Amino acid sequence: MKLTMAQKILQAHTDQEITAANQIVQCEVSLVLANDITAPLAIKSFTAMGADAVFDRDRVALVMDHFTPNKDIDSAEQVKFVREFAREKGVTHYYEGGDCGVEHALLPELGLVAPGDIVVGADSHTCTYGGLGAFATGMGSTDVGGAMALGATWFKVPPTIRVEFTGSLGEHVTGKDLILFLIGQIGVAGARYKALEFCGPVVDRLSVEARMTIANMAIEAGGKVGLFASDAKTLEYCRAHGRMGAVALAADPGAEYDRELSFDVTGMSPQVACPHLPENVRPVEELADLAVDQAVIGSCTNGRIEDLRAAAAVLRGHKVSSRVRCVVLPATPGIWKQALKEGLLETFMDAGCVVGPPTCGPCLGGHMGILAGGERAISTTNRNFKGRMGSLSSEVYLASPAVAAASAVTGLITHPGKL
Amino acid sequence: MNYAGKAHKVGDHIDTDAIIPARFLVTTDPGELGANCMEGLEPGWIKRVAQGDVLVAGENFGCGSSREHAPIALKGAGIPVVIAHSFARIFYRNGFNMGLILLEVGDDAARLHDGDELVVDVDAGRIENRTTGETIDCAPVPPFMKEILNKGGLVPYVKAKLAAA
Repeated sequence: MKLTMAQKILQAHTDQEITAANQIVQCEVSLVLANDITAPLAIKSFTAMGADAVFDRDRVALVMDHFTPNKDIDSAEQVKFVREFAREKGVTHYYEGGDCGVEHALLPELGLVAPGDIVVGADSHTCTYGGLGAFATGMGSTDVGGAMALGATWFKVPPTIRVEFTGSLGEHVTGKDLILFLIGQIGVAGARYKALEFCGPVVDRLSVEARMTIANMAIEAGGKVGLFASDAKTLEYCRAHGRMGAVALAADPGAEYDRELSFDVTGMSPQVACPHLPENVRPVEELADLAVDQAVIGSCTNGRIEDLRAAAAVLRGHKVSSRVRCVVLPATPGIWKQALKEGLLETFMDAGCVVGPPTCGPCLGGHMGILAGGERAISTTNRNFKGRMGSLSSEVYLASPAVAAASAVTGLITHPGKL
Repeated sequence: MNYAGKAHKVGDHIDTDAIIPARFLVTTDPGELGANCMEGLEPGWIKRVAQGDVLVAGENFGCGSSREHAPIALKGAGIPVVIAHSFARIFYRNGFNMGLILLEVGDDAARLHDGDELVVDVDAGRIENRTTGETIDCAPVPPFMKEILNKGGLVPYVKAKLAAA
């Protein structure tokens, strides 16, 4: 049988023979992840299951990134509970404080993810690692608690939608714009229960970071995973981040797809997703002159060094509008330090941005940039559900770092080429 | 197992931020989470729900984050059953793991209205609408998930596996 990327990776982790989509298989997992919101429940389930040791202390990652630095007493108690568990069980990859970043930016940077891995995380954006060619998917805390104990879990083999991007990307058009465009085309349930597999000349030319941005939002189309073949760039990324022995991986030619889509993206504008669903996507020009109160640049979607470079390139020599708060949150300490070295943080501060610590923070309405009633944000994050960043009457528009930066300067949703 | 209750209807693509906003995720207590259930959809929504009532939703219910707090909040609010056109996949797994009963009915969801009195026969996969007199058959629960349900949920399932190892 010719296998898709998803089938090939699952097959390598199970004794069962994969013969069709929708088959249930039991697979060994490579890495199990939870954060400060989901780990407390995962640990409670783990304990209720009667487990006393994690399956492999080097292959469980507990990343305290959502409400940290702890925003209140309750969140501090949750982190304390996880910290004590990590110490008691000898979990190697426990992150909090100065070594902690947004989980899906941090784990690849630490070399903990490689092509062909299976990663299950109690966080829906675990699918980010598909950008490296890993079968990575979000699950609930109890599933993750089980995987922490067993080192294995069950999957329904997903049918795959193959998405090809052809042509060439214009200036200021990025991975974020490609994924927003796709979600606009297929809708928030367009890939429900399915795998997305990205290919084509545009994808081949994308950086690994841009691929992770795309894979990150597979869940916003309802997808189980968003997969990219691993190529020379992937292997170089792994090597540079201390992950040795990574191998190239691709779908078999002739594999069977549920659906095949192809888009020529030549001439495409930067895309913006309007409230209150990521599928409400329009070209940036159509939203020109819509005033914004806040711009957020960061998150597991767009808080990596290339994103900060793109935002800084737009902001350099400009000032953030006096009507706008622009919050920049580099996603990991490594990215923060690199941005410091390159002078990007100075550019942000000269422009009048707030530069904060690595945290998920405002993306989910946690802290560090909550919206009041009637306020509007342009954000490089991944969800614009009603009330996601604060008040139920606030609005979030999703866009790339360049669009968010340009909009911060004018105070209106703006094409970066217009500055 | 039969459940009888009043239907409360919500729309398509109800996300987990609507079911339980992130600001409430500083606890894992079902009662506290239940008291704030659907607070992201409409403040005070929960006041209309009586113990044992049934939630009826449109397409892709539970999309968004993986927070298991969402099914816990629904159960904590006294809702034992959710009937939907369809469910988002992480929520579907979580619901089973938490012992929340999820029934997928496709376009028949449109035949259930806010305030209808429903009787749900889970084993038979049948919903009786006592208000309209109609009966709706649900998509069967996948066999492997039924096995987990029969063991009493994922916690006892893994417990048995660990004990056998």
